[in-house]
Amino acid sequence: MVRDTLTGSRIRERRMIAGMRQADLARSVGISASYLNLIEHNRRRIGGKLLMDIASALSVEPSMLTEGAEAALIASLREAAADATNVQAETDRADEFAGRFPGWAGVLAQMHRRVGSLERTVETLSDRLTHDPHLASSLHEVLTTAAAIRSMAAILAEPGDIEPEWRDRFHRNIHQDAERLADSSKALVNYLDESETDDDHRGVPLEQVEAYFSGQSYHFPAIEAGEDAASVALDGLDSSAARAIAKKMLDGYAADARALPLQAFAAELGEGDIDPLHLASRFGVDFATVLRRLATLPEELLPGAAGLVVCDASGSILFRKAVPGFALPRHGESCPLWPLFTALNRPLVPIRRRVAQLGRTAAEFDCFAIAWPQAMAEFDRDPIYRSIMLILPVDSADQGRVAAQQVGSSCRICPKSGCSARREPSILSEGF
Amino acid sequence: MSRKVLLIEDEPNITEAIRFLLTREGWHVETHAEGSDAFELIMASRPDLLILDVMLPGKSGMDILRELREQEDTRKLPVLMLTARGQLRDREMAEKAGVSRFMTKPFSNTEVVTAVRDLHAQASKA
Repeated sequence: MVRDTLTGSRIRERRMIAGMRQADLARSVGISASYLNLIEHNRRRIGGKLLMDIASALSVEPSMLTEGAEAALIASLREAAADATNVQAETDRADEFAGRFPGWAGVLAQMHRRVGSLERTVETLSDRLTHDPHLASSLHEVLTTAAAIRSMAAILAEPGDIEPEWRDRFHRNIHQDAERLADSSKALVNYLDESETDDDHRGVPLEQVEAYFSGQSYHFPAIEAGEDAASVALDGLDSSAARAIAKKMLDGYAADARALPLQAFAAELGEGDIDPLHLASRFGVDFATVLRRLATLPEELLPGAAGLVVCDASGSILFRKAVPGFALPRHGESCPLWPLFTALNRPLVPIRRRVAQLGRTAAEFDCFAIAWPQAMAEFDRDPIYRSIMLILPVDSADQGRVAAQQVGSSCRICPKSGCSARREPSILSEGF
Repeated sequence: MSRKVLLIEDEPNITEAIRFLLTREGWHVETHAEGSDAFELIMASRPDLLILDVMLPGKSGMDILRELREQEDTRKLPVLMLTARGQLRDREMAEKAGVSRFMTKPFSNTEVVTAVRDLHAQASKA
């Protein structure tokens, strides 16, 4: 994007620095908020008197808006400043800094991106080490064998003679352990190599099912057209457990599709904010059905991507549909502050929370959640609840308008200090 | 009367090496490779010092340590814990459970022998 097409971005940047709402700025210069929104997203060109008025309202020189430093660079600088701890950067002078020292500003922005990339790597590796029993077991085997070899070799390397019986025994043991170490190292390398491929899911049925649904974009046109769920091919699901889980989920999908027919449901969505409670009332279905249905609609019917998480009463994650910017740990161990878990404490109460997940982006999401009891086949049994949470990204223009609850992904990679919900120390507080 | 150390470790070659090192130091070394009945064995054996692996078949070394610290007789028994898991949370968990010294694999022979000497000296003074 060429520089002069970024005037809108600079206006938005300066407005946010000034802490001014879009509607207030629009009113002060005599235009509608929606028109200003188009300008700020560089969809309308701006110049002349309106530019002068906006510059005046923002207390900046017009040239600051038309010739300012690259907006993306300033945005990166602001992100870096927001992520910094114990340092108060002069964010209101970010564009001045970028304008006067573009090289240094570029270096800082590049370093910030690099840190973000490394954090993602740490997150991935930490996640694997924590949740991958095969990997943990293999590493344990390697370290234990190495400990034995090291100890015995050190004894043999000591000056002076040791009894022949001990010497022979250690020689024999070292040979055995060296063979074992070679085998376990080779197995570990093979395992890591194989895991690099995207289609490797280590035989965990839930992950296979998630990969299958993801491969179908979470949408099944045949079922929408009225075909039986059993007719859907379960390609790639090679375990009976994965096929059983997928079949049950497809049956649920079909039931949801019957309760909320695609055409009628899409027509009711409209173009404004999504209100799942209104949709539930409008179609006479329960809240959880609406949340599931929204998450499996074709993306073009929604303003943006929609994420979904389902868990049981133990907090174990039963299903995940990821949404960019909201990290969903594998195999549970999620942040207990998620509305998903709040709902478990308040069964049958629909919950809506705006949340920001601490970390790289701090993007905001509207989360809708509810816990509902599973169908019971017998009288006088304790209800067994499940909880569901729909995750909708908040439009960038709306972010910061209402207070967002800070949540994490999992404790190990969450930087939040003084959190009463913390289960274990964060590795991010130890210098990562 | 020689000092007695009980080594509970399921890796036989580590057991052999530590047995050699500590026997040479004048310790009487008893060994065991199971976690499930380790607590009963410790109570019966009454060692002067315990070396305990964390990941044991049957019961984890961490659970065994917690049980020991609940008993008046073994509350102050010096326990050197060995583990391949050296993460901060494992160390914190062991400290919370009452470990005397925490050592990660692969350790050096000097580290083990020095730790045993130190722990025994501390226990003797107390």
